Amino acid sequence: MVSLSEYLILAAALFAIGIVGVFLNRKNLVVLLMAIELILLAVNLNFVAFSHFLWGISGQIFVFFVLTVAAAESAIGLAILIVLFRNRRTINVDDFDTLKG
Amino acid sequence: MADMLPLLPESLVAGMACVILLADLFWKRRFRPLLYWAAQGTLVAAAVAAYEVRGPAARPLLHGMVAVDDLSTVLQITIFLLTIVVFAYARTYVAERGIFKSEFFVLALMGVAGMCVMVSAAHFLSLYLGLELLSLSLYALIALQRDSIAATEAAMKYFVLGALSSGLLLYGLSMLYGATGSLQIGVVASRLAALPAHDLVATLGLVFVLSGLAFKLGVVPFHMWIPDVYEGAPTALTLYVGAAPKVAAFALFLRLLVEGLHGLSGSWQEMLVLLSVLSMAVGNVVAIAQTNMKRMLGYSAISHMGFLLLGLLSARASGYADAMFYAIVYAFMTLGAFGIVILLSRKGFEADRLEDLRGLYQRSPWYAWMMLLIMFSMAGVPPTIGFYAKLAVIQAAVGAGFYSVAVAAVLFSVIGAFYYLRVIKLMFFDAPIDVAPLRGGWDLRWILSLNAAAMLALAPWTGTLIAVCRTAVHGLP
Repeated sequence: MVSLSEYLILAAALFAIGIVGVFLNRKNLVVLLMAIELILLAVNLNFVAFSHFLWGISGQIFVFFVLTVAAAESAIGLAILIVLFRNRRTINVDDFDTLKG
Repeated sequence: MADMLPLLPESLVAGMACVILLADLFWKRRFRPLLYWAAQGTLVAAAVAAYEVRGPAARPLLHGMVAVDDLSTVLQITIFLLTIVVFAYARTYVAERGIFKSEFFVLALMGVAGMCVMVSAAHFLSLYLGLELLSLSLYALIALQRDSIAATEAAMKYFVLGALSSGLLLYGLSMLYGATGSLQIGVVASRLAALPAHDLVATLGLVFVLSGLAFKLGVVPFHMWIPDVYEGAPTALTLYVGAAPKVAAFALFLRLLVEGLHGLSGSWQEMLVLLSVLSMAVGNVVAIAQTNMKRMLGYSAISHMGFLLLGLLSARASGYADAMFYAIVYAFMTLGAFGIVILLSRKGFEADRLEDLRGLYQRSPWYAWMMLLIMFSMAGVPPTIGFYAKLAVIQAAVGAGFYSVAVAAVLFSVIGAFYYLRVIKLMFFDAPIDVAPLRGGWDLRWILSLNAAAMLALAPWTGTLIAVCRTAVHGLP
């Protein structure tokens, strides 16, 4: 039987991988979108684990909404990626240096 | 049905956004200017509706998803007014750049609906959905000028960091859910009170929630997106991003930190002190080095958000009222400053460098004086309303015993005065480079003059305005 703390550790690990992926990835914007997706999935795992082991159904309902919003979010992200690719002909993160930040 | 009535403003805005989207499909091209008037009419009607459905006590609706109270009424009306001003300033600008499309108004109205949900949220779910409705609209809006490299790059950066911050916020919310077992903000607050002090899961949740919120507000060290988005986005959209969403993000602080996590106020006060001092320092010092007006105003936004946090970190009702007053005053100041940038710009010329302001006094004395009022108000020079706003938040910090933070705030506002005064020097004492006559629609000119004059003219009524903010926050712990 997998315990609550094991689920939480797995979620925390996924979350950390996602964060590191956003900051360390300098090559490919698509990988960056995947890292963001990973963060949201870690959150979902957290909610499901808490609601299964402790608090009943409400956390699982929340996960449905997070999943839906995540889908909308990646749709917009990919759309922006495409207009950006049309303008710059690259999706390399390091090349996006028109703005200084 | 009767208990749905308080949701009229949100429903009106969201419904009209759909109507405008469909109307644009069927209308002929020459009716397109009507889109603007439909959007403005919607906002005016929504503001009136929000005023009409106000009520004395908090009323939970939709099974406790949202609560309509004085706070949500005041902030919703502010958001509607800010957006009306944004549309008025943006009309000519977007028409000249080929983005006068239904998408602009529909996405902006959807963002407004999201902000309305945020300010009246009483449940983690409605709070999250409102926030995402706003954020997704903003990402798309910034990328609206799709042949512009700077705008699409800004949109991508905003998207990545915005999504990351939503992830942080959600992770924090999941921890709070784990610690308390509820998604209802009121229930979370009462269950937190029953937990032992420094409960590990709850504190971890607080840290993530606070970082997510700090991203949305744009305070150091979560500010990286602000200068790039302000510079890269078309000015009309910088205007939109810089005004109403700040007020909505501030409302999130009140709803989550104050209403939900009041039991952890000792912990979040210390974190807010750090965020506030860092924002004031980085914002004011780095703004001096900027040559781009929009970027400079971006750093100025960071420093103003630091001042805003001064009111919040006092963790008492009068401080929240002062911070709310600051947020509203700041939003109108920033509209005025970007309004001047829009007034100076024309097709193919963005007027976003500091040099473009040179000699504005010789080109148009009236708008030079108006800009002077806005800059004085931003710097906090008496007797403008910006001075009273700064005074109020610094008093709040002193009243709560944060003396060193208050001293730092005064010092940084002196440093900040330098770059505002530099703008005034450029306008009044330098020769103009660009002598093209100022253009811009009548709505831009009138509302901009009114907006800037209000910085001075409303100063005698500061007390009344703060009293309105006091009644708005009276329900908070």
